Amino acid sequence: MKGNEAIAEAAIRAGADAYFGYPITPQSEILEYLMAEKPHERTGMVVLQAESEIAAINMVYGGAACGRKVITSSSSPGISLKQEGLSYIAGSELPCVVVNVVRGGPGLGTIQPAQSDYFQAVKGGGHGDYRLIVLAPQSVQEMADFVDLGFELAFRYRNPVMILTDGALGQMMEKVWLQEQKPRMTIFPDWATTGKTPDRERNVITSLDLDSAEQEKFNLKLQNKYRKLEAEEVRFEHTDTEDAEYLLVAYGTSARICQKSVRLARDKGIKAGLLRPVTLFPFPKKPLKELAAKVKGILAVEMSTGQMVEDVRLAVEGKVQVEHYGRMGGIIPTPEEIVDAIGKNFLK
Amino acid sequence: MTEEIIIAGFGGQGVLSMGKILAYSGIMEDQEVSWMPSYGPEMRGGTANVTVILSDEPISSPIINRFDTAIILNQQSMDKFEDSVKPGGLLLYDGNGITRHPERKDIRVYRVDAAEEAAKMESSRIFNMIVLGGFLKVKPLVKIENVRKGIAESLPERHHGLIPLNEKAVLRGMEIVKQVFEPDSK
Amino acid sequence: MAENTGIKDVVRDENLVYKKTSVLTDKVMHYCPGCGHGTAHRLIAEVIEEMEIQSGTIGVTPVGCAVLMYNYLDIDMQEAAHGRAPAVATAIKRLMPDKYVFTYQGDGDLAAIGTAETIHACNRGENIAIFFINNGIYGMTGGQMAPTTLLGMKSSTSPYGRDVHMMGNPLKMTELVAQLPGTWYVTRQAVHTPASVRKAKKAIRQAFENQKLKKGLSLVEIVSNCNSGWKMSPVDSNKWMAENMFPFYPPGDIKLEGKLVGKE
Repeated sequence: MKGNEAIAEAAIRAGADAYFGYPITPQSEILEYLMAEKPHERTGMVVLQAESEIAAINMVYGGAACGRKVITSSSSPGISLKQEGLSYIAGSELPCVVVNVVRGGPGLGTIQPAQSDYFQAVKGGGHGDYRLIVLAPQSVQEMADFVDLGFELAFRYRNPVMILTDGALGQMMEKVWLQEQKPRMTIFPDWATTGKTPDRERNVITSLDLDSAEQEKFNLKLQNKYRKLEAEEVRFEHTDTEDAEYLLVAYGTSARICQKSVRLARDKGIKAGLLRPVTLFPFPKKPLKELAAKVKGILAVEMSTGQMVEDVRLAVEGKVQVEHYGRMGGIIPTPEEIVDAIGKNFLK
Repeated sequence: MTEEIIIAGFGGQGVLSMGKILAYSGIMEDQEVSWMPSYGPEMRGGTANVTVILSDEPISSPIINRFDTAIILNQQSMDKFEDSVKPGGLLLYDGNGITRHPERKDIRVYRVDAAEEAAKMESSRIFNMIVLGGFLKVKPLVKIENVRKGIAESLPERHHGLIPLNEKAVLRGMEIVKQVFEPDSK
Repeated sequence: MAENTGIKDVVRDENLVYKKTSVLTDKVMHYCPGCGHGTAHRLIAEVIEEMEIQSGTIGVTPVGCAVLMYNYLDIDMQEAAHGRAPAVATAIKRLMPDKYVFTYQGDGDLAAIGTAETIHACNRGENIAIFFINNGIYGMTGGQMAPTTLLGMKSSTSPYGRDVHMMGNPLKMTELVAQLPGTWYVTRQAVHTPASVRKAKKAIRQAFENQKLKKGLSLVEIVSNCNSGWKMSPVDSNKWMAENMFPFYPPGDIKLEGKLVGKE
């Protein structure tokens, strides 16, 4: 199964109520798969091709505000168009899952894979002080698994979740185990706009508060939520870090490649290890800081000019030299060139 | 065992679907697999290539630039991928339209004239299955009954009537593949 | 009248011939005195009360003067981003097809930034109601030119009057969406006289009733005044509206039961 198809099938099986999207390469298979699969007949899930990414994200807003499990997907230029809506969703504390199958930019860029939307994903992306929960799968299996996990986190924290993946994982096929069909929800959160019944006050979903003191209070509430996420929801994996002298830090496709680089490096006698953030927000600052005390150098590997490397530097607080290695424009680094980069940066 | 394969040719030659059938066949053998296509404009008639990895253990990088096997179906791909075959690896090609034949002497070179054979069998659509047959003769990575299952898995149900023809093409490919060069045979 | 008779003595149940609908909250509206928004809100609230669909109705508010509409209607409401209310309402209706769903949008929201969402929701034939308040100006941001500003009409961004060469033509969105096969009911109303208020209420009720039919989208335009933006007294603004807006935006039904009025 292709990564994109895995996401689509996982959405149906997670009991999603609706998908709203607009075609863009390299993720159109998600909408295509859903349309072909007739989830309306399988679970009653609504699938709609919107007139634009802007309309699609606002449909997500409308559906999420009804307390439903709603998902959308796009690729970089389309995700830029969705930023206003995402800001509203975050500002209204609505749960949803947004998939970004990243392609190279800026502008129309390329349709080849990249990781150049890291800043946009983890620092908010739209206007205002907010964060998305950002999950970075590295396999088709995780593309599927993170949909259900995404919904779970989105509803637990009333916060939009982004699955930040890329064209390589979207187009790639691997074996994947899919979970059993989850039933769609029948009971909805008490804040949802499901129609005001006489036994409760009306529910209003809005991100507007013209009272400055109230708006500040609300911002602090959001920040508390993000601190809680940082305390409780950090996810990461490590490979060969126990005795590592040189640490690679990479997520998604890059992490996959770095696993091979670690093996190649060790064959050459270089004690390399890998820390792979699974959640990009919240970022695994603590494990990085701990590893920084043990290693001689850290190399952040990204398919970008160097975005995550800034968070790595912040996390290690100057304890160790942190360098960046990246390829851009749709070029995927090879395991060998990453090993070479360890040599060039740290073994002169 | 890990086998890293690139299949490269023109869009429309069935490069991606051949890779898909190989990957599905691997799944039927309970192997780990990954199928990583080039995508985008290449799919609209230009060159197309796909990387397929079959392995006994979890696959780390699905993106590689050195291959155990290169299956090459046009001249552009020959020029691009001949050098990326690992020493001792396999290069299998269809001679149709090839003007510069493989020159390396540290790899195994085999040829399967699948385009010609497909024309004889009066079905251009089974071209890729003839190539696959040729490959599996040289490297029997998956059993033929699993290839049959792989074909069934990747064909839409309405085309399942074509499974016998596809299987026949695989078997034909196994018959017509010929050795061009073996480093050991020198 | 006796000196000791106060207002409390007059306001008694037996004297009441009319009272505020229970679907309106007690929150004091922020609209300028004389503005048509308050009347339009009241009519929607009354229709919801009369149809007994308070628990069955979800409203979507715009960005513009009516952004705070959710403070005034005692129903579940969502506040949409600027122009996106038809997309928001589409999702609500698709997920809860048995609910009554409406958007309430001004001319900037519906006919400028939200043109695509409006046209596509209409064209898909979403079973929702759109209430479109057209006062030819951006009220909340302080009287800038709207897509529906008349030629020659002054605003803070067309201080010498709207010039067709420089600023283009006013847009008749209502006539435009009436052409689309997805609209079932399209009408233009006003709320400046008791007679027009009664008619507008009937149209609003029709737009809600139509949702039971599931035959397409209902759009009710309400041509309204903006006495602040137009820099007139409320009375003068209503007079100016009838004399200047109605010739270009004539009140009346444009599409009934899926058919354009006056056409076979």
